[in-house]
Amino acid sequence: MDKVLGTLNGIEFTVGDTLLELSYLIAALLFVFGLKLLSHPETARRGNLWAAGGMGLAMITTLLLHKNSAGEGISITNIWIILCAIGVGAAIGWMVARKVKMTAMPQLVSLYNATGGGASMLVALLEYPAAMAGDIQSILVTVLGLIIGAVAFSGSLIAFGKLDGRVGDIMKPFMTYINLVLMVSTLALAVFIVISPNPPSEMMWAIYGLTALSLIYGVMFVMPIGGADMPVVISLLNSFTGIAAAMAGFIYNNQAMILGGILVGAAGMILTLLMCKAMNRSLINVIIGAFGGGGAALDREQGNIKEITLSDAAVLLSYSQKVVVIPGYGLAVAQAQHIAHELDSLLESKGVDVKYAIHPVAGRMPGHMNVLLAEADVPYEQLVEMDNINPDMPNVDVAIVIGANDVVNPAAYDDPSSPIYGMPIIDAHLAKNIIIMKRGMGKGYAGIENFLFFNDKTRMLFGDAKKSITSLVSEIKSM
Amino acid sequence: MEQFLTFFFEYKEAIFIIALSIFVGIEVISNVPAVLHTPLMSGANAISGVIIIGGIILVGHADLSKFSLDLVLGILALIFGTLNVVGGFAVTDRMLEMFKKKKK
Repeated sequence: MDKVLGTLNGIEFTVGDTLLELSYLIAALLFVFGLKLLSHPETARRGNLWAAGGMGLAMITTLLLHKNSAGEGISITNIWIILCAIGVGAAIGWMVARKVKMTAMPQLVSLYNATGGGASMLVALLEYPAAMAGDIQSILVTVLGLIIGAVAFSGSLIAFGKLDGRVGDIMKPFMTYINLVLMVSTLALAVFIVISPNPPSEMMWAIYGLTALSLIYGVMFVMPIGGADMPVVISLLNSFTGIAAAMAGFIYNNQAMILGGILVGAAGMILTLLMCKAMNRSLINVIIGAFGGGGAALDREQGNIKEITLSDAAVLLSYSQKVVVIPGYGLAVAQAQHIAHELDSLLESKGVDVKYAIHPVAGRMPGHMNVLLAEADVPYEQLVEMDNINPDMPNVDVAIVIGANDVVNPAAYDDPSSPIYGMPIIDAHLAKNIIIMKRGMGKGYAGIENFLFFNDKTRMLFGDAKKSITSLVSEIKSM
Repeated sequence: MEQFLTFFFEYKEAIFIIALSIFVGIEVISNVPAVLHTPLMSGANAISGVIIIGGIILVGHADLSKFSLDLVLGILALIFGTLNVVGGFAVTDRMLEMFKKKKK
């Protein structure tokens, strides 16, 4: 391992050095390949394992082969300490990941993103004193890694708190100005640190101040953003974590870190924009949080709400040919996905064709609804994406809307004043009959009236989704 | 201008890596179906845990002869990084496991 192979730019390199870099190349390729496989349903799981393998490889070779600038490897005692720390992190990470409920998945992703950002922040903070005075490039990447990591850390923690229902939305008009002031002062302090000719040891007060400012900015940045937009924010913060890791990669001139980080940064950014597109909103709009209330200025004859009894609903469903279930976040909250599957199997056994229409942003994160229904054993073939079900909607006998609201609101088509105008929706209003299961007459996330409720073809079934479906199932069974 | 050119030349490898990685990142993701958005976000999140390499290097060359706050923070960074990596990949795998079950 220590055999010297040759010199590059006047520095000797050994077999070990070469193997280390080679392993980084393989790890980086595994990241790219893994991400590629992750974006196709059939290969996704394999992709995840490939990427994990790349990470494991890079960790092991770093532990065994890395040398500092003085050419010293990692000593045995240090290796033991590292293994202990990794052991602790791995045990907790693994257990929580295995035990957490599927509905809580989004906040867990957010929490793990926070730890990644926190690690980047700490690494940058600890490496700063080692920088040479006036070495603008390395101080710049350190400071960037610190800021971005800190914002991702505190921001993701707030996002976790919001999704978990521990932190509420605080939205005050003046917060935009506070955030602006915070951002400007953070950047000003960062520039000051980068261009200062003083050695880092004299600048520690500034670097601690910068850490504090960045952490506060992360909190204030996520605070005003409404719950419905959390997935977009988490994806954005995920992209930040990647960039922060890449910055740390520059500190160590480590190609695996740079490539992995930038890869996640770019992919996360694209994913963020894709999610915004699915909700017909711009990223700026999400960040400033100009959603909810307002709009709905269109004055329309409200009409009457018509309720449906359980037995009528049971008869209607049993004698239909085509039924489409449109699940929303309410279904997940009520934990009604298992009983919904019981309903669809029961109907299928009566010869009814049942499909689930999945809106791209149904649930708390795009694709979250698919995961929840998959957990309840609903066959993959029964889940139909919005674009594929809409043309078929006029042939559907009954559309059952369970705990969804904005994603079936026809205002998206015909009310230009509505905040959701232009958002693609599932065309529930085109079905021959519509049953809406809802806890009460509350509004959806967007906080706007839904005229689908007043449609002549619509019947409401009020109550907790799980209880309603359970009673519906026993009603159909007793027919 | 001269400064800019010097900067480019000194960091040309890094700039090449960044430019190509951005392109690869965008290209790899752009055709993903909405169904996979959450698992993909989670998987990408786990990859961003690559910062753990930095943690290993940091603690690996830390001076153990005396107790310091830096060492504690370094170990904390390592634990955080591991949580991100192990937790991230494990959660992603659990989500994807559910999709696979249906396919049999």
